[in-house]
Amino acid sequence: MNAVIVENIIKTYGKKKEVTALNDISFDVSQGELFGIIGPDGAGKTSLFRILTTLLLADSGKAMVDGYDVVKDYKAIRKRVGYMPGRFSLYPDLSVEENLNFFATIFNTSIKENYDLIKHIYVQIEPFKDRKAGKLSGGMKQKLALSCALIHRPSVLFLDEPTTGVDAVSRKEFWEMLKTLKEQGITILVSTPYMDEAGLCDRVALIQNGKILSINTPRGIVDSFSKPLWAVKSSRMLPLLKELLQEDFVEDAYPFGEFHHVVMKDQSDEPLLRQFIEDHNNDSAVLQAARPDIEDCFIALMKN
Amino acid sequence: MRTLKFILRKEFRQIFRDPGILRVILIMPAIQLLILPWAADYEIKNIKLAVVDHDHSEYSRQLINKVTSSGYFILTHYSSSYEQALEEIEKDDADLVLQIPDHFEKDLVRENEARLFMALNAINGTKANLGGAYLRTIIQDYNRQVRTEWIQFPRFSSETQIEITSSNWFNPLMNYKYFMVPGILVILLTMVGSNLAAINIVKEKEIGTIEQINVTPIKKFHFVLGKLLPFWILGLVVLTIGLTIARLAYGIIPAGSFLTIYVFAAVYLLAVLGLGLLISTYSVNQQQAMLLSFFLMMIFILLGGLYTSIDSMPEWAKWITRFNPVSYFIEVMRMVVLKGSSLADIKYHLLKMAGFAVVFNGWAIFSYHKRS
Repeated sequence: MNAVIVENIIKTYGKKKEVTALNDISFDVSQGELFGIIGPDGAGKTSLFRILTTLLLADSGKAMVDGYDVVKDYKAIRKRVGYMPGRFSLYPDLSVEENLNFFATIFNTSIKENYDLIKHIYVQIEPFKDRKAGKLSGGMKQKLALSCALIHRPSVLFLDEPTTGVDAVSRKEFWEMLKTLKEQGITILVSTPYMDEAGLCDRVALIQNGKILSINTPRGIVDSFSKPLWAVKSSRMLPLLKELLQEDFVEDAYPFGEFHHVVMKDQSDEPLLRQFIEDHNNDSAVLQAARPDIEDCFIALMKN
Repeated sequence: MRTLKFILRKEFRQIFRDPGILRVILIMPAIQLLILPWAADYEIKNIKLAVVDHDHSEYSRQLINKVTSSGYFILTHYSSSYEQALEEIEKDDADLVLQIPDHFEKDLVRENEARLFMALNAINGTKANLGGAYLRTIIQDYNRQVRTEWIQFPRFSSETQIEITSSNWFNPLMNYKYFMVPGILVILLTMVGSNLAAINIVKEKEIGTIEQINVTPIKKFHFVLGKLLPFWILGLVVLTIGLTIARLAYGIIPAGSFLTIYVFAAVYLLAVLGLGLLISTYSVNQQQAMLLSFFLMMIFILLGGLYTSIDSMPEWAKWITRFNPVSYFIEVMRMVVLKGSSLADIKYHLLKMAGFAVVFNGWAIFSYHKRS
């Protein structure tokens, strides 16, 4: 059974519907899946999450969460989803424990009842349970927010950009926690602007300007990248990029870490690229074959 | 019910953790009630008087003496040139010019008639008006005094004379504090009700917690009630503090019963809390809520009968005051505190206030949506 079904969802903003946030989006998420929605800021990720958590009404289209319609059965959905908004939205003037207690009680449960579910997250902030939530560090706030979203044992968990603004170590920890939660059978939808996090999901949807570019497993997305990819480095990076883009055999070139990634139109053009590097650059130039990752795929999909 | 209990516990925790709110609740009534009634009363005092005396006679001196000893006037200028006196008015060193003409004494004695001239600085209308009236009364009094000295009245006066003596009911000494303190108390309660409640709810919007609340199964009704009840209780606490200060500082003991005041205040608070709720549903952040409630408070106070009488307003303004909950409460407070009105006397006020409560709260709950 699918935990989340989205069919042809359209959402526009503005009086004249001039801003299209979601443009005919459809996808399914199966039970117990860790599904990533990857896209830049303003792609429509938050609008999608708000529709699925019954906070926002779509213009048209249908969506089901855990077998319930988001418009008709919103009351049932509110009982069984956990939502962690992109912005920290717990009470800063209440302590860690008070926040957790409050959210437990309004779901008619208690910390004790579901302690096993949040234990591996909550133990990390439990030493600070008397501290006001507003005085926690970014990573700890994140853990508290996740605990609060989980305290009623939701069947589907929506995490809107949970790792934005969190340091690298906390990010890694956070994804570890998600894995543990997945093992407990909770379906997780997570949105993120970071491409490197895509590989940690079971499946990802690449979204841009309200359109889904591709839905696949991280492997599948990378495998679908069929063009030859090279990495080039020299002491004159900026002129190199400009010159590369002018060549006929180059499909695309863009900065990628300390290298430029060069997408070739055809495998047979390799000698042309080698020739180009020799002609135009000094000895410091480095040319090597590169393995595409999600970011390369995203850039390729964006340009098409 | 269980949910409501937990929401209330959370609200009270947050309120008592906010030092700002406690300060507002405890210190604001104390300061307003201890300062305003002394400063803001209707009596005009310290009217600056310029006297232009062309006569310099025994009678003119007597008249000036009588005016200055009344306590309302301060003689700031004395000369024999009207131009100079007018200059004083221009410099705002005088509010009133009293000109005593040449031969004032002579005319009074010989012709039995004398004329005085009065010029008023009408920039401050109230001051000029009342100052002029005071001066006129004093001069009339002086006139009578002179006549009794000079003329031997026949046993039955040949000319008919109407003399008026008045007695002030309900506030025999015309103590303005009796009049102002209940009014100020009303304003305080209104602030706690509409302002604090509105800001509290908008704060949840601003920090985004309302988003988290909206995805929970909390019922709209529970959430709203959880927001209103704490401020309803705080409002009654402020009223109690206010009544205590009124009693200790001004010796104001309501002629009517406290029960009447509290019953009406309870209903009134529901109405203004509904208004606060309404403000919060139409504002996105605390500034907007503040500005909106500030705007409404201005209208409520100025068209509420606290400083100016509603009866002397133009007909259209009277219509506005009929939609002003503050005006009803001020009226009721004065009725109960000064006149000793009972619940039966204010039953129509009470009914109307209940109407306000239903309309405001209904409208607010109707327009508060958990989803957009």
